[in-house]
Amino acid sequence: MKQRSSMKIWFDSGKPWVWLNAGAVSISLVMVVGLIGLIAVRGLSHFWPADIVELTYAEPGEEKVMLVGERVDHETVPAARLALSGVHLPEGQETANRTLLKIGNRDFFGLDFRWINDPWIADTQKPAGLVSIERREWGNFYGYLVNVKQQGEVVAQGEQAWDAFQQRLARSNALYNKIKDIEKSDIGKINHGLEDLRIDERRLELDNVEKGTAPYLEIEEERKQLNTRYAKLREELDELYSELNRDQITVKISDGREAEIPMAKIVQAYKPNAMSTMQKLGQYFHNAWEFVSGEPREANTEGGIFPAIFGTVMMVMIMSVLVTPFGVIAAVYLKEYAKQGAVVRLIRIAVNNLAGVPSIVYGVFGLGFFVYFIGGSVDEIFFQAKLPSPTFGSPGLLWASLTLAILTVPVVIVATEEGLSRIPRAIREGSLALGATKAETLWRTVLPMAAPAMMTGLILAVARAAGEVAPLMMVGVVKLAPSLAIDNIAPYLHLDRQFMHLGFHIYDVGFQSPNVEAARPLVYATAFLLVLIIVVLNLAAIGIRNRLRETYKASES
Amino acid sequence: MEAVKEQKNVSRGIDIESMQRGPRVNLDNETLCLEVKDFNLFYGDKQALHNINMQIPKNRVTAFIGPSGCGKSTLLRCFNRMNDLIDSVRMEGQLLLDDMDINSPSVNVADLRRQVGMVFQKPNPFPKSIYENVAYGLRLQGVNDRSTLDKVVEKSLKGAALWDEVKDRLHESAMGMSGGQQQRLVIARAIAIEPEVLLLDEPASALDPLSTLKIEELIYELKEKYTIVIVTHNMQQAARVSDYTAFMYMGELIEFGATDELFTNPNKKQTEDYITGRYG
Repeated sequence: MKQRSSMKIWFDSGKPWVWLNAGAVSISLVMVVGLIGLIAVRGLSHFWPADIVELTYAEPGEEKVMLVGERVDHETVPAARLALSGVHLPEGQETANRTLLKIGNRDFFGLDFRWINDPWIADTQKPAGLVSIERREWGNFYGYLVNVKQQGEVVAQGEQAWDAFQQRLARSNALYNKIKDIEKSDIGKINHGLEDLRIDERRLELDNVEKGTAPYLEIEEERKQLNTRYAKLREELDELYSELNRDQITVKISDGREAEIPMAKIVQAYKPNAMSTMQKLGQYFHNAWEFVSGEPREANTEGGIFPAIFGTVMMVMIMSVLVTPFGVIAAVYLKEYAKQGAVVRLIRIAVNNLAGVPSIVYGVFGLGFFVYFIGGSVDEIFFQAKLPSPTFGSPGLLWASLTLAILTVPVVIVATEEGLSRIPRAIREGSLALGATKAETLWRTVLPMAAPAMMTGLILAVARAAGEVAPLMMVGVVKLAPSLAIDNIAPYLHLDRQFMHLGFHIYDVGFQSPNVEAARPLVYATAFLLVLIIVVLNLAAIGIRNRLRETYKASES
Repeated sequence: MEAVKEQKNVSRGIDIESMQRGPRVNLDNETLCLEVKDFNLFYGDKQALHNINMQIPKNRVTAFIGPSGCGKSTLLRCFNRMNDLIDSVRMEGQLLLDDMDINSPSVNVADLRRQVGMVFQKPNPFPKSIYENVAYGLRLQGVNDRSTLDKVVEKSLKGAALWDEVKDRLHESAMGMSGGQQQRLVIARAIAIEPEVLLLDEPASALDPLSTLKIEELIYELKEKYTIVIVTHNMQQAARVSDYTAFMYMGELIEFGATDELFTNPNKKQTEDYITGRYG
């Protein structure tokens, strides 16, 4: 009896509910921290210059081999599973440890990852001379540097080889960047000019201008000039290329073979085993920066993801610019001017339900309406000469932003309406009593005061849009975009271009990649970056909102 | 015209019917500002004001007193058509401001409200600077000239007895002021556009006694230039600040008279009961 009553007291005190609520909060918190922690640890550790190990490895019944590589993963597997892959453990042993080694050198071994069984490792060493070379093709190389060559002649070997290598690598990278620069900007411009001329000519044809007349000759003249400029650049490039291809290095692979790597194919090289922690830290940040600022290579499994970051941010910003005025105007009409009745209620229900429509449906709508219908019509009217190749009639940045704007507009409308209804009546009356019309009251007092609520809507919209992938695949996102939406060719902002997106990039690298093991850390790193970007975008919006709130803090009703 | 009006007043004095329609008051020596004629107001089906007849003299303070829900605020808000904001409101009868029908369709509401300013129960400054609050009405009229605005802001703040307290922080937010200061700011904002009539809807009910006193002093000064109509719950306040008092009960105007007379020698039993605190 006494027991029960004390239990009842405890129950009535409300403590169980407090515990329950606290427990729910804790679980949510643990899940969020765990999620971020997982992708952060997995993603960020990818950039650390890991030590390279040299193993003497002997499988039973086979000759000893030397293996060189980075330890990537380690696991314990049951004997039964090993038996499936043809490895038989001694009687009585239930499990065995095995290590995933990134052996690199894909051009020699075919695969750059290999599982090795720990019991058969005879010896492990970390020679300081081992070099990790990041290449533009074929992934990483691990091995020893033998000598440095200039046009086939050995110029440095032994101790001096490393310094000479680093110097010449810096030179070749500078040349490489210069070549890329010329190819991208100067030659890009010429190509664009030639394309423009072709379109001009086509336009003349469409206008039925007789061939061989003055306009045609003008075009021909300009084309000649462009071709001359191109030939000149080509010459310059050829020279640069031959400069670039001047140097090579000779390297020794783990199995003793020697090979030659052209300097032009090398991004960077370092000796992780010989580096101090500080040097490694420097290398870490260098690698991380390369990832953030570089362009992808090797089917997105190597290099950076800058175009994807750029595309994501660009799209979200264009979407914000489109969705805010649209949503705010709609909300103002619904809340302030529309006669509150059945029709408005119906519209409100429709708007709220719009937020629940699966996003892929928006993708289909965007493709059908924006891309094919509107884009197609725009092409018909304004870009006739370019047809049949589409300008706005194909998926692109503008359509993707518009599709996401439609997708997120309910959020902005609801938040703005909420904000408008929270403006104290006294403030509106105060303005009206001074002889302001309704529109003046709205414009001068109510809307500024509702601005924080609009920002809240925008924050939610941004959070949703930045993470959305499915509809984008239909209206503008591609695996690899040849050029960014902003460049040095007029009109500088190309809303018709396709773009890369972090969310799609994760999907592409994670599931469409030919090299799963190499792509895995990139998936985590990209996911981490996507979260980071959404956080940054949100923080920026929240910062603006807080400032607005401070400015328009009204007396609480 | 003047003669006709006077005659009307006199005739009303002896007219039994008009005595039944509305209370008698001698306004012979006053110029009229607002006039309410056979006025009824309905919220949907519910009648809130019953057959009100009243004349409010110029440059005087007229107080509306009565228990909560008696319709005094509703009547006050009719003078600048604040009730337009409520959809279900329907009105009968006439409201005249200097012989102009306030509810006539030809009247521009914004212009009317410029002539008939209003201060509400709770201070409602805009979340802008003190300066911008006072300049709001002028900016609405398209006045953006800095020196003009400066002058008007100073004059209005002085008029609302606030200048000395805020002259050093004109460009700080009005939200940081005390309640009493905010209310005086709202009054400054209202007089900045130089209205003819100032409607005060329980202007001191949300304030402490000291701020209340300041507002009352201010009302006393303001009547030099404006016709003031004040709604108040506080009978001492009505007695202190007003020249004329109207007692309303259940949507009807029970008694209207000179304040001294009404408080010392009420004509109606209901009035007496109310002012002696027997109900309300």
